[in-house]
Formats: sequence, C-alpha cells, structure tokens
Amino acid sequence: MKVLVPVKRVIDYNVKVRVKADGSGVDLANVKMSMNPFDEIAVEEAIRLKEAGKVEEVVVVSIGVKQAQETLRTALAMGADRAILVVASEDVHNDIEPLAVAKILKGVIDEEQPGLVLCGKQAIDNDMNATGQMLSALMGWSQATFASALDIDGEHAVVTREVDGGLQTIKVTMPSIVTVDLRLNEPRYASLPNIMKAKKKPLDEKSADDYGVDVTPRLEVVKTSEPAGRAAGIMVGSVDELVAKLKEVGAV
Amino acid sequence: MAVLLLAEITDGELSADATGKALSAAKSLGDVTVLAAGASAAAAGEAAAKLDGVSKVLVAEDPALGHRLAEATAALIVSLAGDYDHIMAPATTDAKNIMPRVAALLDVMVISDISGVVDADTFERPIYAGNAIQTVKSSDATKVITVRTANFDAVGEGGSGTVETATLPDFPTLSEWVEDKVAESDRPELTSAGIVVSGGRGVGSEESFAIIEALTDKLGAAVGASRAAVDSGYAPNDWQVGQTGKVVAPDLYVAVGISGAIQHLAGMKDSKIIVAINKDEEAPIFQVADYGLVADLFAAVPELTEKL
Ligand SMILES: Cc1cc2nc3c(=O)[nH]c(=O)nc-3n(C[C@H](O)[C@H](O)[C@H](O)COP(=O)(O)OP(=O)(O)OC[C@H]3O[C@@H](n4cnc5c(N)ncnc54)[C@H](O)[C@@H]3O)c2cc1C
Ligand SMILES: Nc1ncnc2c1ncn2[C@@H]1O[C@H](COP(=O)(O)O)[C@@H](O)[C@H]1O
Repeated sequence: MKVLVPVKRVIDYNVKVRVKADGSGVDLANVKMSMNPFDEIAVEEAIRLKEAGKVEEVVVVSIGVKQAQETLRTALAMGADRAILVVASEDVHNDIEPLAVAKILKGVIDEEQPGLVLCGKQAIDNDMNATGQMLSALMGWSQATFASALDIDGEHAVVTREVDGGLQTIKVTMPSIVTVDLRLNEPRYASLPNIMKAKKKPLDEKSADDYGVDVTPRLEVVKTSEPAGRAAGIMVGSVDELVAKLKEVGAV
Repeated sequence: MAVLLLAEITDGELSADATGKALSAAKSLGDVTVLAAGASAAAAGEAAAKLDGVSKVLVAEDPALGHRLAEATAALIVSLAGDYDHIMAPATTDAKNIMPRVAALLDVMVISDISGVVDADTFERPIYAGNAIQTVKSSDATKVITVRTANFDAVGEGGSGTVETATLPDFPTLSEWVEDKVAESDRPELTSAGIVVSGGRGVGSEESFAIIEALTDKLGAAVGASRAAVDSGYAPNDWQVGQTGKVVAPDLYVAVGISGAIQHLAGMKDSKIIVAINKDEEAPIFQVADYGLVADLFAAVPELTEKL
C-alpha cells in the first residue's frame, strides 16, 4: 500500500505574526517558515507504518509556492520516499483554500492510487481544520479525524479520535482519509546523512492547471486586523492580596 | 434568509449552551431551523424548540446518526441543504468533523470558527492562533459555517418552534462506531463554565493535579490544562485549552504553572478576568493576566484554596 501525506509550508509556530499596518494581511516576507506541525506527525506516522511493513511507499505532496520544495525536502529527510510539488501560487501571501487543496489532492490520488491519506488536523496559519474532511467527501472515502491512535488491519483501520468528551474509537473501511492530532506520535528529527540523501530523492513539479483545478478563493479577505488587546494587569504580592482583589471585583 | 443550525446533541441530550451560543450568531442572519439529529433526538428537539429565535425544529432519528459519524450526518444535512442560505453549527469537535464534509459535498468553502457576523456574506474569524482577525466575504451560494462559541452569549428560552421530522437518506456506510471513553464528572463543562482553573507542565505530575482540582472544586469551576500537561499524561486530552484544543472565555480563568505560549493564549485570552500563578516572573502569561502572582504553585494554590 502507498500512503499519501499532504504537507503544508506555514509560518513557524514559534514566530509571532505581525499584521500589516494597512490591514492587507500578515507579513510573511522574511519570516521563518516550517512544515505545519501536524503534518510532521502525519509524515512520522507514515514512516512508522512503512517501518512496520504495512506500507511500501510514502509519497508527500505540497500545494502552494515554489519554496514549498524545502518543506518537501524536510519530509524526504525524515524518511518519505518521493515528493510532489503542485505550484498553485507565485506569492507567499496567497493561501490556497482547503476546497481547492482538496480538489488538487483528489487529482493526485487519482494518479497515485494510495490506500491511505494522512493529513494534519489543522494548518496553524489559517486554522481551518477542513482539508481532510473535504477530501474525504470528494473521494467518497471514509473519514477519521483528530487521530491519536491508528491501527491498520487489512481492509479496515481502527482509529482513536480526540473529541470534546474524551476519546472515541471508530473502525473505518480502507481506503481512508485520516487527519492526525498532536498525541499520535512524536516526530523524529532528520539526521544529517538523511538530509543529504533527501536531496537525491525524486521531487516532481506540477501545477494546479495539470489537475484542472481553479484555485480562485471563494472567501475574499476583506481585511486583516490585530485582535483587541487586553488592558495592562497588576502583579500582586501575596495570596491574601490576590483574594482581596478577586473579592473586590466580584470574581469570587 | 433561512438558516439551518445543527444542534449539539450528546447521547440524546441537547447541549443548550453550545447550541444556544451558535443560535445567537444564527439568529442575526434569518429564520432559524434547528436540526436535531441522533439515534434518539426527539427530546433534544423539544428542548431546542424552546430556545429563543427558533422557528422550526427538524428531528432526524436513526441508529446511524447515533455517534455523529461524519458520513451519516453530512448526508442528512446535504439532503436538506436546498432550503437554506446558511448552514451553521457550534464549532465542537463533532461539527468540525462534519461541516467541512458538508461544504465539499455542496462545492462551497467552509467558513470555520467564526468569531463575528458582519453581514449575511461577511464574517470575522481568528487566524494564526488568534494573533490576527480576518474578515472574509463568501461568494458561495450556501454559507457553511462553524461558530466559535466563546465569542457569543447563549440565547435563553422563550421560543416556541414547531417540530417536524426529517429522514436520513441512503448513504454508503464506511465507518462504524467502536467505543467512547468519556470521563464522568460532576464539574461544569469546560466551554460553558463561569470559572476555569487550568494547570500546566509546572504542576509536575498527574498526582499533583489534585492541587488544581481542589481549587477547581472550591470555586465550582471547570478544570483545564495546557498541551504540555496533557502530553505529559497529567491530564486527559479533553481538558486541553488552546489553538488546537478548546476555546474558553469564562468570567475568571486561573492559569497555574502555565508559561503562556501563543497556542495556549489562543484558547483563553478572551476570558474576562485572568489570574496567573507562576514562579517565573518573566513568564509571558503575565502579559495577559489581570492579576499575576509570582509564587511556587505548590504553596500558593493550597493557600488560595483555603482562603477563598
Ligand atoms: C501545533 C501546535 C499546537 C499546539 N496547541 C496547543 C494548545 O491547544 N494548547 C496549549 O496549551 N498548547 C499548545 N501547544 C503547545 C505550546 O506551544 C506550549 O508548548 C504549551 O502551551 C506549554 O505548556 P505549559 O505552559 O504547561 O508548559 P511550559 O511552557 O513548560 O511552562 C511551564 C511553566 O510552569 C512554571 N512552573 C514550573 N514549576 C512551577 C512551580 N512549582 N510553581 C509555579 N510555576 C511553575 C514555569 O515557570 C513555566 O512557566 C501547541 C503547540 C503546537 C506546535
Ligand atoms: N497547501 C497545502 N499543501 C499540502 N497540504 C495541505 C495544504 N493545505 C492543507 N493541507 C493539509 O490539510 C491539513 C489541514 O489543513 P487546513 O484544512 O487548512 O487546516 C494540513 O495539516 C495538511 O495536511
């Protein structure tokens, strides 16, 4: 079986974003970009499935600007076998919406015929939490979101999901689209020799047109603004003082 | 304008809080029909009909709708979609599982986690862990929306909607439910509690979380946790507050042994009053706290519990 892992290039999770003064968006020029953290978990899971002999090939795919090559190379250095870059934008500020991403991924799936897709649960830039679910709908495949455990057994997979009430376990028919949550695994770091090896692994370049997908956004961004700030607070010197303040404002 | 609102139902019971908060966003857009779907949903539907602003309730009962598996509930919603301009749900894990699927089946872009309604086509939503607020205008014929409940007040009772039934159409069965692991608790729910006490990595162990829970119970609060506390096994996953966990906005939020990473702040910085207890005076949590106390939590929290 082949596994397809979509990986997104996003602002590094440690970087504090800056909203542009003219309200046109967030400044992404010259900031550190990395693989979406959830996608690292998905890549790790795919590699572990290969190491366990349940998967033959791990293919990673990224949709966006040319620079997403770096993200794909990171995934290859972790242990993925092959990468596909779908160039869909020239401008790093132009985010491709989950619906368009899902349509392109459907095109990739039609070509590659994987038995499993492992997506991240959420991209930490747009915070949409949508692509895997949309892809599952377009493919007519089963869907298991927010996975914290995954066990593949032939025609089925048993997936434990992190939900509001606790944990839910479901059994899905393969092929399936699984979106991964934080506690599925801890991703490995790529070793230097593997980073060198990754440079020689195949990376195909395609365009959104190759899949006949129109990436025009359905949601026009009217403006982007700073969130409301909080008024400055005070430091208290003791528990007694804290209790007094909380009583004063009627919080307890 | 007509709005279809998916009610939040767990084991046949309506979550009046989550549903009521999404309803207050939905009401501003038009005439609201609530969809009560589940293995048993009639009682929840009756309860939803009493919420202020509900004109109609559709009750769909089917064993396949029991555990809110995405395929079944999405198929049901799509079969009803033609009558509505907006299809909405509170942004619970159930709805986040279902609504993007509905949107793709309708060939529209989902509008996730809205924090504000500007007009029928235009919505505000936080991005980058709440560090920016985007205003987006949808050009799609049907708007499929999840509502960030922390940003809306729940509507009360006072409605008298009519109740009708809806039928689940045929759909391919691709998933089956195996089990739920739900911790029973007498504490209020995290997303609806007036007070939340959360513990972080600083708490140090699952056993020491008892210190947090003692304060929680003294205050009649809900208990939360940082990702680090959950990852370390001190607290269960459903306690996680943050960008990728639950979003809360209680009257009082007490953060104990939590550094204040942006991913955590994303889930709690709309709280009315924030208290932080941390032994590191440089901890970023103090930048959002109304009252900060630099102290060892193992001394300060028991003392606070006693003195309240
Ligand atoms: C993709 C992604 C998603 C994430 N989503 C979330 C999320 O939803 N929610 C979330 O919380 N995090 C999330 N995180 C993690 C986040 O970046 C931080 O790592 C996490 O919030 C840190 O948790 P913490 O504050 O408990 O731990 P730490 O940062 O380790 O802080 C522990 C604090 O405890 C204090 N302390 C230690 N001992 C004591 C003591 N005896 N008395 C008083 N204070 C003490 C320390 O001074 C320190 O400030 C996410 C990260 C990523 C990459
Ligand atoms: N442009 C993209 N390229 C590759 N994968 C993507 C892209 N956008 C989203 N994804 C995948 O979909 C997941 C969820 O993203 P989102 O729905 O945008 O929150 C991510 O974790 C990725 O696995």
